[in-house]
Amino acid sequence: MTTFTGESTRVASWRLLLRNPVTVVSAVLLGVVVFVAVAANWIAPFGVNDVDVPNALQPPSGQHWFGTDELGRDVLSRVLVAIQASIRVAVVSVAFAVVVGVTVGIVAGYRGGWVDTVFMRVVDVMFAFPVLLLALAIVAVLGPGTTTTILAIGTVYTPIFARVARASTLSVRVEPYVQMSRAMGTGDLYILGRHIVPNIAGPLIVQTSLSLAFAILSEAALSFLGLGIQPPQPSLGRMIFDSQGFVTMAWWMAVFPGAAIFVIVLAFNLVGDGLRDVLDPKQRTMIEARGKR
Amino acid sequence: MSDPVLSVRDLRVRIGDREIVRDVGFDVQREKTLGIVGESGSGKTMTALAATGLLDTPGAVVSGRSTLAGETELVGASPRLLRRVHGGRIGFVFQDPGTSLNPLLTLERQITESLETHRKMTRRQANARALELLDAVGLPDPQRRLDAYPHQLSGGQRQRVMIAIALACDPELLIADEPTTSLDVTTQSQIIELVRDLQRDFGTAVVWISHDLGVIGQVADDVTVLRDGEIVEQAPILEIFDEPKNAYTRELLRARPLVGRSEPAPASPDAPVLLRVDGLDVQFAVNTPVGKSTVHAVKQLSFEVRRGTTLGLVGESGSGKSTVAGTLTGLIQPTAGTARLDGVDVFGVRGAATKELRRRIGLVFQDPFSSLDPRVRVQTAIDEPLRVHGLAKGKRARQTRVAESLELVGLPASFASRYPHELSGGQRQRVSIARALAAEPELLILDEATASLDVSVQAHVLDLLAALQRELGLTYLFIGHDLAVIQQMSHQVLVMRDGEAVEYRTAAELFADPEHDYTRALLAAVPPARPRAAV
Amino acid sequence: MAVLTHPIIRFIARRLLYSLVVLLGVLIVVFALVHLVPGDPVRIALGTRYTPEAYNALRSASGLDRPIVEQFFGYIGSALTGDLGVSFRNGDPVTVTLLQRLPATVSLGVAGILIALVIALPAGIWSALREGRVSDAIVRITSQFGVSIPDFWLGILLIALFATTLGWLPTSGYRPLFDDPAGWLRHIVLPSLTVGLVAAAIMTRYVRSAVLEVASMGYVRTARSKGLPPRVVTFRHTVRNALIPVLTITGIQLATILGGVIVVEVVFAWPGLGRLVYNAVAARDYPVIQGAVLLIATLFLIINLVVDVLYAVVDPRIRLA
Repeated sequence: MTTFTGESTRVASWRLLLRNPVTVVSAVLLGVVVFVAVAANWIAPFGVNDVDVPNALQPPSGQHWFGTDELGRDVLSRVLVAIQASIRVAVVSVAFAVVVGVTVGIVAGYRGGWVDTVFMRVVDVMFAFPVLLLALAIVAVLGPGTTTTILAIGTVYTPIFARVARASTLSVRVEPYVQMSRAMGTGDLYILGRHIVPNIAGPLIVQTSLSLAFAILSEAALSFLGLGIQPPQPSLGRMIFDSQGFVTMAWWMAVFPGAAIFVIVLAFNLVGDGLRDVLDPKQRTMIEARGKR
Repeated sequence: MSDPVLSVRDLRVRIGDREIVRDVGFDVQREKTLGIVGESGSGKTMTALAATGLLDTPGAVVSGRSTLAGETELVGASPRLLRRVHGGRIGFVFQDPGTSLNPLLTLERQITESLETHRKMTRRQANARALELLDAVGLPDPQRRLDAYPHQLSGGQRQRVMIAIALACDPELLIADEPTTSLDVTTQSQIIELVRDLQRDFGTAVVWISHDLGVIGQVADDVTVLRDGEIVEQAPILEIFDEPKNAYTRELLRARPLVGRSEPAPASPDAPVLLRVDGLDVQFAVNTPVGKSTVHAVKQLSFEVRRGTTLGLVGESGSGKSTVAGTLTGLIQPTAGTARLDGVDVFGVRGAATKELRRRIGLVFQDPFSSLDPRVRVQTAIDEPLRVHGLAKGKRARQTRVAESLELVGLPASFASRYPHELSGGQRQRVSIARALAAEPELLILDEATASLDVSVQAHVLDLLAALQRELGLTYLFIGHDLAVIQQMSHQVLVMRDGEAVEYRTAAELFADPEHDYTRALLAAVPPARPRAAV
Repeated sequence: MAVLTHPIIRFIARRLLYSLVVLLGVLIVVFALVHLVPGDPVRIALGTRYTPEAYNALRSASGLDRPIVEQFFGYIGSALTGDLGVSFRNGDPVTVTLLQRLPATVSLGVAGILIALVIALPAGIWSALREGRVSDAIVRITSQFGVSIPDFWLGILLIALFATTLGWLPTSGYRPLFDDPAGWLRHIVLPSLTVGLVAAAIMTRYVRSAVLEVASMGYVRTARSKGLPPRVVTFRHTVRNALIPVLTITGIQLATILGGVIVVEVVFAWPGLGRLVYNAVAARDYPVIQGAVLLIATLFLIINLVVDVLYAVVDPRIRLA
């Protein structure tokens, strides 16, 4: 048991976050990615569909940093614009999943009873399908395309947010301070807004970061299969698919799009891990203790 | 005189740049018990673990000397040496029996492990010895118990098994770290007896760590008092109790709640009845992995509380006392029964009248660390009931009220802008009380409200509560398990066991001449004011 | 009938009931797939092969001309007897096609999870026991990499390296195990590595956190206080108790594999369920999509049920509740 003196012994969250060099680097990396996502169209040196067959399959050079593909298109420009498309899909679909999933989860966790049972059965049914399979099924129903991809990924990721939100809500709901508020006659809305939501934010933020990472992977997989972002819009997954016939003679066509996915997903995952260390109370005390050395 | 079993000198534990334990030294004599007493944060556990080489907190640096039986140095010893000592020459019993035993191994296995390691016994020999040990610690039906798993035993039984494990290889020294703190008072006294008998039979030296001076009084021959990692006083037991030299020791002794020491201010005998409960019955369904089962938490309970008085609701864990509080505050639905607050039906209230009822019944919980929302400032926490019940209009008015509430509980108004983590346990509990009082309740339910506080802090909070009752004419339903505290606070007492009322009388009558066996057993189990050695 | 009240039986019965409820939900979703399509699924499926006769024939053969409720019960009824309709594309019975492709996917899934376990268990345990040290950091970083890599990209790179460039292994295709064991092995190496390595990365992190959590439990401290040899503390107390949550995680992980299998099968031209689904989606062959989704989801439910039952048998707190 620790005793608390009159002064604050707690370190501010963001300062703790900055102590971890890996997290800092990843966050900077994410910043770069976001910049690319926003500014891709301006910073791309060439048009994404500028076909230039005589210069097809050129290795990386001063003019074409990432080389050219089988139609002479600049791989770098295509990768930059494709990153923009991926980020957009990931952000919108995860936003959808967060809004719907967290609402469902909080309501289920707070109300309990049959509302909880019904909502969670639905969530359980969704969990019975492997993620990509369900996404494919949705695409099969609605037809391939960017909008469908967003809808599919958003739908498929809603259950995990519902579960995380529900679990956190349940554990906060039985905390004495919430019980005391209820015993005092405080209305549910006030309790939800003032006590529940701020205290469940931690795990949700962590989950958001991780889901963004997986959303990018899912979008890439769907595009790879030709069911996601449709040509002539460039997409990282499709670029890798197209590179299959040329891997040994034009390695840059496969490596750069793949590395882009890898780096972005890695950055999201590392930031997510760093956030978890800081926002999860158990982990946090360990880090605070270690830092005092 | 022979060498002390354990001799510690200049023990120091440093973590990072903080010294947790400083200059600690003590001796443990053969067949005697050293009691180490201190409040939370005093470093008592760290001291014991460091002195026996069991400390594994990352970054901890231990220095000093700790000599076992005059020849084996433990501080800085090699892991191999320590492994031979741990279990073989020193046995350990820890506080929480719930998590100290491996849930996946049979009791037999957990005992035979050390026998195989230290005494090189075969499985069969170890098995026979395990049976003897389970019998020696008073476990009923030991033969069957050998193949049982920890979850099939009660807390007290698990602690007996822990003792059996600790003594399996006949160690010279037993370290018991708060071994009875999580147990009921009746179980606690049984365990104290058990350890004393075993000590006599096996000749083991014991180090008994506790925050409870009453327990120390029952077990120790010598006492070391720790505070903030330093020794404050060290003396044989009788000297500590009768002639304490240090102010802190005296403070600890004074703050101890003792049966027969204090009573609440007398209340007017014909004060009107504020709360009347009739035939309260609560059953709920519990979800286990194997299906639903029903728990009958409260059985046909009836009582009343008069204005301006305190009803003490006392019982051990599982007695249903907290469930009663839950029904009165609307957190738990009763299965049957009625309750009337000044004539208003508590269980049947609906709609708008519910809020008003909730205002009139206030609640303070036990755990200071989770009674306040960590993300909410004191100001906002106390503000909440004011907003909810419209008790002060406008921000300025509410701020004034908050400042008044803080003053009422003896805290400076400047605390309003603090967050809970900036306050100590006692301060947080005062804020909880302030928050409960801000709604101007008539009945305040205190559910084990001081049980998690250090004894000196508890004394202050209890004094505060008594003063508030006198000044504001508050009525209390005081729920607890500590009979001395109950006596200090209550005018009437209701003793509960397994959901039923066992005895319900005025405090004076109950403590002077208890009628029921259970009440007598509870009273007998409470550690008395005088240490055992004085008797 | 004392047997019926035995804790394990009751536990299994509850889980079974729960699984059936979820299965019903799955059936509803699967059934709804073909009916949620904006537009006419039969017409879309026929595409350029559309003729009024073909349209009518296909429509009635699939039962789509009957009222919805009737269709739903008809579907469940047929599914229970093993009839999942016929393909829109080539008229083959769906069930037969699924069963033909099942062995290939099962091979891949099993091989993948075995690789994952063989890597993740030792790595996760080792890393947890050396928490905070360099070896832990290495494992954590490596597993982070593994989790972040797109599986199809990994597959393509592996093919490029081991098949195309070095020529050690075939680039694609499948040989049934019992017909040609050596060929089976050669063909399964790369695809199962692709599936297995990514799964291993995910599982390593879970194993590590399960072991860390157990290591902080009171009974591990008790074990140390008994002076037991480190190996005993590690295996009998820490690892063994961590295996229970790991068991649960393995079951969940199988779902990820069943999903990831789709893409890997496409990359390696593996004739399994995954590739079947992919082709069916591309051709809007709804009965096949429905059938495959139903089969995979059911498999997943069964696997999780088995995991739960194992859990009940292994954990005395449930076995002897």
